[in-house]
Amino acid sequence: MLKIQDLKVSYGMIEAIQGVSFEINDGEIVALIGANGAGKTTIMHTISGLLKPQSGTIYLDDVDLTKTPADKIVKLGLAQVPERRRVFSQQTVEENLELGAYTRKDAKEISETMEKIYTSFPRLKERRKQLAGTLSGGEQQMLAMGRALMAKPKILLLDEPSMGLSPLLVKEIFHIIKEINNNGTTVLLVEQNAKMALGIANRAYVLENGKIALSGTGEELANSPQVKKAYLGG
Amino acid sequence: MSEVSQFLMQLVNGINAGSIYALIALGYTMVYGIAKLINFAHGDIIMVGAYICLFAISSFNLPIWLAIILSIIVCALLGIVVEKIAYKPLRSASRISLLITAIGVSYFLQSLFQLLFSANPRPFPTIINLPALSIGSISISAPYYITFIVSVILMSILHLFVQKTKIGKAMRAVSEDSQAAQLMGINIDKTISITFAIGSALAAVAGILYCSSYPMVNPYLGSLPGIKAFIAAVLGGIGSIPGAVLGGFILGIIEALTKAYISSQLSDAIVFTVLIIMLVFKPSGILGKNVKEKV
Ligand SMILES: Nc1ncnc2c1ncn2[C@@H]1O[C@H](COP(=O)(O)OP(=O)(O)O)[C@@H](O)[C@H]1O
Ligand SMILES: [Mg+2]
Repeated sequence: MLKIQDLKVSYGMIEAIQGVSFEINDGEIVALIGANGAGKTTIMHTISGLLKPQSGTIYLDDVDLTKTPADKIVKLGLAQVPERRRVFSQQTVEENLELGAYTRKDAKEISETMEKIYTSFPRLKERRKQLAGTLSGGEQQMLAMGRALMAKPKILLLDEPSMGLSPLLVKEIFHIIKEINNNGTTVLLVEQNAKMALGIANRAYVLENGKIALSGTGEELANSPQVKKAYLGG
Repeated sequence: MSEVSQFLMQLVNGINAGSIYALIALGYTMVYGIAKLINFAHGDIIMVGAYICLFAISSFNLPIWLAIILSIIVCALLGIVVEKIAYKPLRSASRISLLITAIGVSYFLQSLFQLLFSANPRPFPTIINLPALSIGSISISAPYYITFIVSVILMSILHLFVQKTKIGKAMRAVSEDSQAAQLMGINIDKTISITFAIGSALAAVAGILYCSSYPMVNPYLGSLPGIKAFIAAVLGGIGSIPGAVLGGFILGIIEALTKAYISSQLSDAIVFTVLIIMLVFKPSGILGKNVKEKV
């Protein structure tokens, strides 16, 4: 479904991504793990069209996303939950969800999706008239996820959804990610929390200094001595 | 005239000027909110609006309503074109380059109109032909109360547009976090164009109203109200729509009262002093939020 080939991305003189290739098949959860600064967010931004790469291609089915403007990429069925959530704090929960459906036209279908999201995240329904900035961190994460789902994506990108959340909330979030995937959405999950990510991923890639260092199934990587040492605390 | 009606008259003057400053300030604040740019050419759009209305009426004999609509449309398009030609190529450039470019555009428009129509002031036709309004001991001339009414209506429409419509919500989203807005599928270029169009359309109306109270048109006519409106926007909190309105009225009233009771020579100096005091004690303005700059 998503195929990244020989991707190189720079910030001025700094080459943050130095020739990365990986792919995500229909229906999979693929995890991309790596330390702070490895280049995970840079890859996510490039997939969504916020950054243009130096070279390389990103195919979503048969469309090259590196040649597609960001707003069109959402229309093609790719949505992202960005790092640190980035909800629109000055707008209400409901307005945030509506913005998630910005590319969709049919008002009836949109309100159906919204009802579904309120069923999966009852907290959001309770707070739908509240400004997003007044929500707790966990609620904001749920809002960011609900907002991305409002686009009805085929593939959902999540950038460190566990960041700054309590272990209990992290468990809940990962449970929801699994559920989203079970409902037919392909997932690319970026995490520093390797243990949790490898726990739910079909396959995973380890990113180090802008290059893929390792790849394998979630289980293989969770048992690999290299990963254990560097990312799982021994 | 009694002391009280003297004071009320000054208040009316202040509200008239304040309505116009507020309309112009909305353009500054909206463009700043969306594009993080101080569009110093915004004041000159007022002048263009006034010229178009003037020529449409006196040279082409168009009916007044059509002249006004024409002026609004041309200014809206001019706003879009200025953004596309002058600012869009510099979107990732430094703020100082943008600022210098904006000043350049301002001089360009002034010089262009001077070249085309000379620097000689031309009389602006009377477009508001209504009786004055008497309230108690004071009488308010038609351009004054029409200016106030039109401004309030336009500001209310703008408020509803920004709060309730899909495009308005998208504009607020872009203004808060343009990258996150792109992740929603919002087209930033289109949103910026719409913002420039709305701001410039309001400036055209402001120009026509301004010339209804001070019926003289020249190529530099926009610079002083433009600067005052910019100060109003900063005073109210740049980026904030209610702030621009509040700042506009406060500035207009301060200015009218200083002119009447302190000194008309010093009124500009006092207005600038108010700005400086504001910048020292609350740089984000009256209604502005202390948002940290993103890196
Ligand atoms: N806007 C930027 N300008 C310059 N360098 C950046 C920028 N964003 C990220 N970087 C650099 O790119 C590298 C990768 O960053 P990032 O993709 O954010 O990593 P991660 O998400 O894995 O923590 C880091 O060295 C970081 O300092
Ligand atoms: Mg990151």
